[in-house]
Amino acid sequence: MLDLARFATELWIARWAVAQGLGMTILISTLAIVLGSLLGIGIGLVLVYGGWIARFIVRLYVDFVRGTPVFVLVLASFYLLSGIGIQLTAFQAGLFALTIFCSTHVGENLRGSLLSLPRGQMEAGKAIGLTFPQVFAYILAPQALRQALPAWVNTATEMVKASTLLSIIGVVELLLVTREIISRNFLSLEFYFFAGLLYFLIDYAIERAGKFVERRVALPT
Amino acid sequence: MGYTLNFGAVWRDFDLLLSGLALGLGLAIVSILIGCVIGLAAAFATISNRVWLRRIAGAYVTAIRNTPILVLILFTYFALPQLGVRIGKIESFILTLAVYAGAYLTEVFRGALLALPGGLREAGLAIGLTERQTKIWIIIPVMWRNALPALSNNFISLFKDTSLAAAIAVPELTFYARQINVNTFRVVETWLIASLLYVAACYIIAFGLRQVERRLAIPR
Amino acid sequence: MAQPVLKIENLHKKFKEVEVLKGVDLSLQTGDVVSIIGSSGSGKTTLLRCVNLLEEFHEGRILIEDDEVGYLSGPPRRRRKEAEIARQRAMTGMVFQQFNLFPHMSALRNVTLGLTKVKKLPLDEAVAIAEKWLARVGLSDRRDHYPGQLSGGQQQRVAIARAVAMNPKVMLFDEVTSALDPELVNEVLNVVKGLADDGMTMLLVTHEMKFAFEVSDRVVFMNQGRIEEEGPPEELFRAPKSQRLAEFLKNAKF
Repeated sequence: MLDLARFATELWIARWAVAQGLGMTILISTLAIVLGSLLGIGIGLVLVYGGWIARFIVRLYVDFVRGTPVFVLVLASFYLLSGIGIQLTAFQAGLFALTIFCSTHVGENLRGSLLSLPRGQMEAGKAIGLTFPQVFAYILAPQALRQALPAWVNTATEMVKASTLLSIIGVVELLLVTREIISRNFLSLEFYFFAGLLYFLIDYAIERAGKFVERRVALPT
Repeated sequence: MGYTLNFGAVWRDFDLLLSGLALGLGLAIVSILIGCVIGLAAAFATISNRVWLRRIAGAYVTAIRNTPILVLILFTYFALPQLGVRIGKIESFILTLAVYAGAYLTEVFRGALLALPGGLREAGLAIGLTERQTKIWIIIPVMWRNALPALSNNFISLFKDTSLAAAIAVPELTFYARQINVNTFRVVETWLIASLLYVAACYIIAFGLRQVERRLAIPR
Repeated sequence: MAQPVLKIENLHKKFKEVEVLKGVDLSLQTGDVVSIIGSSGSGKTTLLRCVNLLEEFHEGRILIEDDEVGYLSGPPRRRRKEAEIARQRAMTGMVFQQFNLFPHMSALRNVTLGLTKVKKLPLDEAVAIAEKWLARVGLSDRRDHYPGQLSGGQQQRVAIARAVAMNPKVMLFDEVTSALDPELVNEVLNVVKGLADDGMTMLLVTHEMKFAFEVSDRVVFMNQGRIEEEGPPEELFRAPKSQRLAEFLKNAKF
């Protein structure tokens, strides 16, 4: 039933493929997190400080994306963009979908953090004569970013998990590699478990890194 | 660009999409019900006095929350037969989703339990109820109300996760959308409508749940 | 007669449809210490916040040494540009009820921020000024502490240093001891009194009647958006002319 010896041998045979899949997973996740966060910061800023038209449009965008399952976003990206003439590889389409998904989470987090800051902070900044960009840069942003950090770490782990969906559109990341291996040696239990374990370790590493950063930037009390 | 919108092709199969949506909803409901049972039990386990219970519940939650749901779905569907368990697609998906939901609900219920005033349990014991009766008649009903908002959020997330059933060919909304897309090549229309269906469903569910929350809220 | 440092002329402010300031006139010479007293809703805090344009006003003028604050009366009346308003705000210093220190900066940095970013002073000069004022409020040894590590009274003293280090023409104090535990109130009041003795022009909104009596050159009693009585503390407190003021003082147990 559970043949560990055979699993070990098969894993050794497939080690290069697994490493490549793992590398691709990390690459996609990292790109999606970085691009998504950059876009997300813009979204958050518009939602808090934008004029009502901009806020309305961005709000529509955010609500639409968040109401749609990630899986549908990935599939839609993949089929849609080639359908209307934009030629994208599966990798690019998948990355596009994940970036959009990530941006809405980051945007909402940032909005929440900025709005949770006491009004007095803005007033105190104004009272000493700082202009709005200065108040934002020196006073609001540092506090909001500190506050948004835990949620951002959570979003990062969500992106790693979402990267598995790209296997369905043929991106050769860890899950797809796992399925290919299983199709050859039928060790479903062992290899799915192994893949799960790898994802768990990646997420765990991200969480630990996040906690470390949180401790480092925490204000002394 | 040379792409003209033609919703007719999708409209013809709209009933398929709706049936898929209904199935997705059904899957979500069943899964969350089972998930609630698991989550409630695990939540009590995390605050129990017995260390081993706390450890097991904690491990369950950490393991599931850090594993991609697609891996869990495939694991359940393909790996269980290897252990001799024969199980259909839909059952396997519900099982996976319930276990997945259970891990998140554990945290929800745990939070709600910890937010309860400490004296509640003691008040129950003081009027002569057993531990078990106190749990059933006093703690759970109050905790339930606290947990409703987070529960609603989790349900909506779960409903969106039912789209992954398409990965093992369960005929829910995404599965049909993909089929229609491949058959008709009407990419924009298909995915736009599929998206809108999900978004609309989420809004309606969210609205409905908010009404429920309001009705069930303890008057203050 | 010398030109007043702060002149408020016929100030009107509406909040939605309700007028909360109904034509206020007030004038401060250099070195004047004026306390504004009155019940909640009288408009005293709103008046103070108009001076540094944290609140908008739709009619009237506020002048700081002949410079029109916030709006140019024209005609037509138009709002100044944001950069100008920021510059004008630097001419006043405000101390808030809730302190509003920047929690992510040390006490020293809280004070030097305005000096470096608004007055554009070089860092060593800013630090020297900041250290002087922190010493003045009795917190030299806390310069590297963060607000989270300071008591309420200490935080408020840093807030005072932060405002006064900018060398403002007028200092604005908005009920600065109301949020403090009773035993911490005196350390702050002593600092404020010290500043008054040094000749700082100050406008205070306060509930501390005894303090207002001791430190003010003039006291202003506001009621329902208007100044009802104004005069030296002895007159106002000992011989109130208006009945409402008499009642207010009775309730305030002065």
